[in-house]
Amino acid sequence: MLKLLNISASYQDIPILENIYLNISSKLFYGIIGPNGAGKTTLLKIMTGIKGPDAGEVLLQGKKINRFAKKEVAKIMAVVPQSSFVPPLFTVEDVVSMGRYPFQQLRFSDSDADRRCVDEAMEKTGINGLRHRRINELSGGQRQEVIIARALAQTPQILMLDEPTANLDIKHQMKILHLTSALVRNEGMAAVMVIHDLNLAARFCDRLILLHDKKILTMGTPETVLTPAHLKTAYGVETSVGENPLTRSLEVTVLDKKGAVHESVKQCVNY
Amino acid sequence: MKHGNYFLMMGFIGTGLLFTACLAVMIGPVVIKPLLVVKIWVHQFTGGLIEKEWSRIPEVIVMDIRTPRVLLSILVGMGLAVSGAAMQGLFRNPMAEPYVLGMSSGAAVGACLAIVLGMGRVFGPFAIPILAFTGATVTIFVVYNIARTGNRVPTETLLLAGIAVGLFLYAVVSFLKISASMENLQNVVLWLMGSFAMATWMDVKIVILPLLGGICVLCFMVRELDILQFGEETAIHLGMNVETVKRILLIASALVTGAAVSVSGIIGFVGLIVPHMVRMAMGSRHRILLPASALCGAIFLVCCDTLARVVSQPSEVPIGIITAAIGAPYFVYLLKRRKNAVNWW
Repeated sequence: MLKLLNISASYQDIPILENIYLNISSKLFYGIIGPNGAGKTTLLKIMTGIKGPDAGEVLLQGKKINRFAKKEVAKIMAVVPQSSFVPPLFTVEDVVSMGRYPFQQLRFSDSDADRRCVDEAMEKTGINGLRHRRINELSGGQRQEVIIARALAQTPQILMLDEPTANLDIKHQMKILHLTSALVRNEGMAAVMVIHDLNLAARFCDRLILLHDKKILTMGTPETVLTPAHLKTAYGVETSVGENPLTRSLEVTVLDKKGAVHESVKQCVNY
Repeated sequence: MKHGNYFLMMGFIGTGLLFTACLAVMIGPVVIKPLLVVKIWVHQFTGGLIEKEWSRIPEVIVMDIRTPRVLLSILVGMGLAVSGAAMQGLFRNPMAEPYVLGMSSGAAVGACLAIVLGMGRVFGPFAIPILAFTGATVTIFVVYNIARTGNRVPTETLLLAGIAVGLFLYAVVSFLKISASMENLQNVVLWLMGSFAMATWMDVKIVILPLLGGICVLCFMVRELDILQFGEETAIHLGMNVETVKRILLIASALVTGAAVSVSGIIGFVGLIVPHMVRMAMGSRHRILLPASALCGAIFLVCCDTLARVVSQPSEVPIGIITAAIGAPYFVYLLKRRKNAVNWW
């Protein structure tokens, strides 16, 4: 659905990404992980067409992304940016309706289809009750849900999320990630998410892309990517990777320099 | 907001404008009764629907002297307020307005050039507006290109470039002043202070098309302006061609500013204060903000112009002095009342 062919990118002559090949297919939830400065956000910006690559091609449904009109891209791909600035005085409904912008030819009124999509998007994200509230009155977690609803109103096939759980409490982290993986499973969407938390990534993503030193170090299922050897190379820390008995997903524990686990600390957290 | 409420509110402000206009035509050295004003208007604008039952003097006062003047202040007030609101929305900066971006100074250089070179005598009444519009457009494009890095135009750079170019152009205006002949100098100074005292139907005819056209274009961009409040990246993600939208907004603003400046000189504060007043009363959604700013800007300027006429009869005070004298204290009052800068926007 979305292909990156031999992408290289830089900021002010400092290379950020080199020779990236990537293939995003539908019905899968991708997680982009890697240390700070590895180029995660840049990779997302290139995938969304915000930033042009220095070399290589981005193909959306087999066609170069810069050959699309911007509105056409927005009909296929929606982006949930990293904690976007929220201007006051717009209602939740106003904001979600903005997701219909790429479909709107008439300037002053929404069509029935627009209204239906907006209603559905609010239904799916569970924010129907907030419809007439102003977004600046909402909590950070609720705002994030509104922004996701705006993205869903675009009826996209690909959903891009830049650190959607940053600054959220654990309840809202779970809510946002459950929501995204439900969209992938039930609607057949592709989702690509930049995320720092490896345990959350392992638990929710079908595929992980580990970036290190401008390149993709490895990608695949969480089991193949999250190994102590890979994590040592990428992050430079010793880790122990095990299975969490409750979630049945991988759990990464960082060890201190001597290789000793702070078992007691870990257990306290678990209890 | 419900559609019904929306039209109700616009209707309410519109009626207010009509009422203010009528009042402004009544007031003056010769006070004319409101009913007579309405009768004369109806008679003139409908081609004699009402029988003429009044003498020639009130008709001349109403139709030839006061109505064009009020109409012109309505148009200019609308234009300045709407382009101020649009620029603040585009740059997400409460300080933005045509003046800050250098557009007014550019228009002033164009108009001063026309006056100093006496082009009005050669090219007729269109010389000043055309040069003013050209000045505003050229200025905004120079500013835009100075600020541009690659394909993008960062807002901060644009505002700084606008201020720098504006100051330079102000120096050009000063230079034109000292190199003007005595007679032209007087015209330039009078014009720079801003005044509707010389308003004629000809002025109205010259500027009505560019002003209303520019205002319409700006009002058509309300959805884009709303989305731009979330930042340019979000706008691109939602499929907006941000640079095209920027260009359209800047050209329409230059058109409106150039036209306004050419007939009334530099009138400050309208583009800054009116949109902020409206924003505080009705919120920052542009589909409400822009039309409401247009109507309120018109009301504000008609009131200021009426004051300018009557404050020190029989002579007149330049309207720029009135707008600043009312606007600045009121603005300070608003600032003091709303210390929380976050809620301000």
